[in-house]
Amino acid sequence: MSTTLKFTALLLALSLCRGLRHDYIDNYIDNYIDEVTEEEAELVAQPSKYGSLWPLPQKVQLSEVSFKLTSSSFRIVDAKDSTAGPSCSLLQDHNNNILPSFNNPDVAHAMFVSTDELSVNQPYAVLKAPKVWGALHGLETFSQLVYEDEYGAKSINSTTISDFPRFAHRGILLDSSRHFLPIKVILANLETMAMNKINVFHWHIVDDQSFPYLSRTFPQLSQQGAYHPYTHVYTPADVKMVIEFARLRGIRVIPEFDTPGHTQSWGKGQPDLLTPCYSGSKPSGTFGPVNPILNTTYDFMSQFFKEISAVFPDAYVHLGGDEVDFTCWKSNPDIQKFMDQQGFGQDYSKLESFYIQKLLDIVTTTEKGYTIWQEVFDNGVKLKPDTLIHVWKGNQQQYQNEMANVTSSGYRTLLSTPWYLNRISYGQDWQGHYKADPQDFKGTEAQKKLVIGGEACLWGEYVDATNLTPRLWPRASAVAERLWSAKDVTDINDAFSRLSVHRCRMVDRGIPAEPLFSSYCPHEYKGI
Amino acid sequence: MVRSGRYTRLNVYLLILSVLQLNLHTVEGVWPLPQAFTSSTERYPLNPQAFYFGYGRQSAAQQGCSVLDSAFRRYFSLIFPDYTDGRLHFSQYKPFTVEVSIDHDDCEGYPNEDSSERYNLSVSAGQASLKAETVWGALRGLETFSQLVYQNDFAYYRTLLMLNFPRFQFRGILLDTSRHYLPVQAILKTLDAMAYSKFNVFHWHIVDDPSFPYQSSSFPDLSSKGAFHPMTHIYTQSDVRRVISHARLWGIRVLPEFDSPGHTTSWGKGQPGLLTPCYNGGTPSGTFGPVNPALPSTYQFMARLFKEVSSVFPDSYIHLGGDEVDFSCWKSNPDVRAFMQKMGFGSDFTKLEAFYMENIVNITSALNKTSIVWQDVFDYHERRSSLSVVEVWREGCYLCEVRRVAKAGLRVILASPWYLDLPGPTHNWARYYTVWPLAFKGTEEQKKLVIGGEVCMWGEYVDATNLSPRLWPRASAAAERLWSDEKQTSNVDKAFPRLQDFRCKLLRRGIQAEPLYVGHCKHEYQGV
Repeated sequence: MSTTLKFTALLLALSLCRGLRHDYIDNYIDNYIDEVTEEEAELVAQPSKYGSLWPLPQKVQLSEVSFKLTSSSFRIVDAKDSTAGPSCSLLQDHNNNILPSFNNPDVAHAMFVSTDELSVNQPYAVLKAPKVWGALHGLETFSQLVYEDEYGAKSINSTTISDFPRFAHRGILLDSSRHFLPIKVILANLETMAMNKINVFHWHIVDDQSFPYLSRTFPQLSQQGAYHPYTHVYTPADVKMVIEFARLRGIRVIPEFDTPGHTQSWGKGQPDLLTPCYSGSKPSGTFGPVNPILNTTYDFMSQFFKEISAVFPDAYVHLGGDEVDFTCWKSNPDIQKFMDQQGFGQDYSKLESFYIQKLLDIVTTTEKGYTIWQEVFDNGVKLKPDTLIHVWKGNQQQYQNEMANVTSSGYRTLLSTPWYLNRISYGQDWQGHYKADPQDFKGTEAQKKLVIGGEACLWGEYVDATNLTPRLWPRASAVAERLWSAKDVTDINDAFSRLSVHRCRMVDRGIPAEPLFSSYCPHEYKGI
Repeated sequence: MVRSGRYTRLNVYLLILSVLQLNLHTVEGVWPLPQAFTSSTERYPLNPQAFYFGYGRQSAAQQGCSVLDSAFRRYFSLIFPDYTDGRLHFSQYKPFTVEVSIDHDDCEGYPNEDSSERYNLSVSAGQASLKAETVWGALRGLETFSQLVYQNDFAYYRTLLMLNFPRFQFRGILLDTSRHYLPVQAILKTLDAMAYSKFNVFHWHIVDDPSFPYQSSSFPDLSSKGAFHPMTHIYTQSDVRRVISHARLWGIRVLPEFDSPGHTTSWGKGQPGLLTPCYNGGTPSGTFGPVNPALPSTYQFMARLFKEVSSVFPDSYIHLGGDEVDFSCWKSNPDVRAFMQKMGFGSDFTKLEAFYMENIVNITSALNKTSIVWQDVFDYHERRSSLSVVEVWREGCYLCEVRRVAKAGLRVILASPWYLDLPGPTHNWARYYTVWPLAFKGTEEQKKLVIGGEVCMWGEYVDATNLSPRLWPRASAAAERLWSDEKQTSNVDKAFPRLQDFRCKLLRRGIQAEPLYVGHCKHEYQGV
């Protein structure tokens, strides 16, 4: 992003004011295309009237008037009335403690490119946003307005844009447990997320297969549980680097420490944490989910999540809670005894609830909000009203019912079901991702408002650094537009045209984003 | 001399076979699995500063042999990936020499359809002896040797006796540079990886409907008008030479495909009059169909083009395509219909297609080239005796087609089960492994007509961003089927850990091979 800007030649004035003032841009054309092509017909890339903007801003007015940009006379400056001065790290690339969060949402930015009446030969652009996060998105949009002719000369057209995201939570899940992902790959994908205005990195950092998170409190977790204790771990410095790199791009990092299932790798470095499974009357030597009946389990979780809440500054942590297999719990006589004592009978979801409730109490003391996978809600665990329910299961009918149920119970929700990008097929599956809408379910307006966004998930069974980036992009870009742009932005032909150019832009910026169909980019991928 | 040499080999072969079962695990590091071998269990260290390649005294090739000299340089780095000059000092190690002996000096030639790839490798304390009929066999032996060296922090070897040769002489990979342009660098990198899996044919599907990147010296307009871009998206004569010479040094044949009469939309841009004008009612519609088979000028053009292609590409094979010809445009054109009448074809357009293909085959035969055609040509052709090699690509009962072709006495290449551009959805490498090319009813003579198989990587959804992970290591599964003995390699569970190990080897060599399932490699891919 920044490299493109370096070569542009426009005076860009940044203005960060407390409230967004719409009054100077009252002549937008509200003319989104409403034609929806249902069948996945062969799409032809034709220049879109929106150029290569992706995701499409809420309001755009492009004119034919263009300006040439030259690197020697291009500057980015802070406006005089901006509350962020030259010391603002996000805009100047220095350090500072501002964090992207729900409380400081990136709600809006506005942009205005036109000739300066005072110096006709010196065009300028004004970018106004209530927060730096909006300004970052505005800079990305600005960079997407710049285009190149055949000889590499850059131009930008006179443009007016007013923009804000439709959903506050626009995430991507990466799984660093099934395969270890080198830091370099994570950073490159954060960079690409910013190009697509994705603002949440959901870091599914540990799971059954490996525990690469190096915990200061419990270093043996990665020492024993990672694929390799030195080459396949994320050190505190690595994690810090990821968080800071993300912050500078307006991206929140939400870690997931999934329990009580999906914890095989935890058991290696933390004896007695997992439930010993029994075969008949004897321990079989294998282990099941976290052991919910021991006080030591909760002591461990308290200490562990205390560390996590300090390491990850985001206000939310993902606690998982999915796919708990009850067979091991059922086999264990101590657990059966405990079930009797508690009066749970044979209902093991009550035991799961018991565990989750204690865990939620622990996490509450760290003053973090939490997200959990839908099963926790489905199993009737008592939840705090501000719990975020992450929907991931079922077919379209089923997830829409689930969204309706979750929101009718008053919980906020996130959707992932239609966006499991690890599932691949022949052809242009991005169209299916593009058409899914998280608010398409039966419910009241108030219920719809409880949908705060969605996440594209790239699970790691078959994905590592070798194929992650081309598998994610530009397919995740389709999700990004669905979550950012207005609900009625559904013209698949126009999307194809813009996305084709957007994909070439990612390639030009060094990201191996795979092709949508037979075509070419002016600058093909060189990082071979 | 030659005769007695063969005799000895046969004895060695029998000796090896007798101890084969006991020693399978000891060469598990080699992919594809060698035909016959025996090895010790103790291992010896290898020291890069006391490691030499040399020529045997009796060898027909000596120092100055371009193929082997460059292979020695390449394989030294592959065997000692961490070696930096002067850093390591293990003077206590004894020297180790790999002595290569060749029966025929073909150092400056090209590999061809008859090139022997057979070799004997024996490794004893302090030295290895590699004997082959040709340098191409020696290359395969060097590859095997490099895979036998253990990369366990330091390099180790085991003593061993091996006889190896391919099951099929034709083991190809098709790359499609028309749907997407592949930078030369991506092709060269693929050639490297091909050699690691002992592939020996690069089938260059160089032009097709979407673009014509081959820069012809006779008809420069073909690429200047038919390529995606006339300067940046073409293969110049020097690019083509670079690919051929790189392939030669790796023992790989380069087999160009100029597919006609269908799949030629891009040809028409630079060669007016070549394609059939389609009619709408009584007037030309402005669109074009396949090559116009009714005009003498078509055959004059093809004769000149193939004369050029024959001299640019040294291989004795040339692929003429001939697949998926759509007759609707021919049917609409009154001149073509008149020609049909004149030739007495009635309304059977397959006869017209057969007529065209026969002319093209005759053109290439006159240039001393063996032509390969897609199965469509065989299916429609009445005078099949004019054909030589048929490539079977359609789905369904492909072995039925293989049988039909072999019964007609023509040579067969099998591609149907190896369309690797289909990415999933199952990631199922085993699907490409459990292919039995000779499992059809036929005589020994007929089975011998199956000369090999080919992995096809069509380019609709593939370019340099995702080519490597989509190709590797799944293509390696096909490579073992085509090289190794079927009886020893029919078990998927046995192959799985070996292929995982080989995949990590590919990563170590910088090939972006995707994971087969959860797990890790000691050296993960460090790119993005």
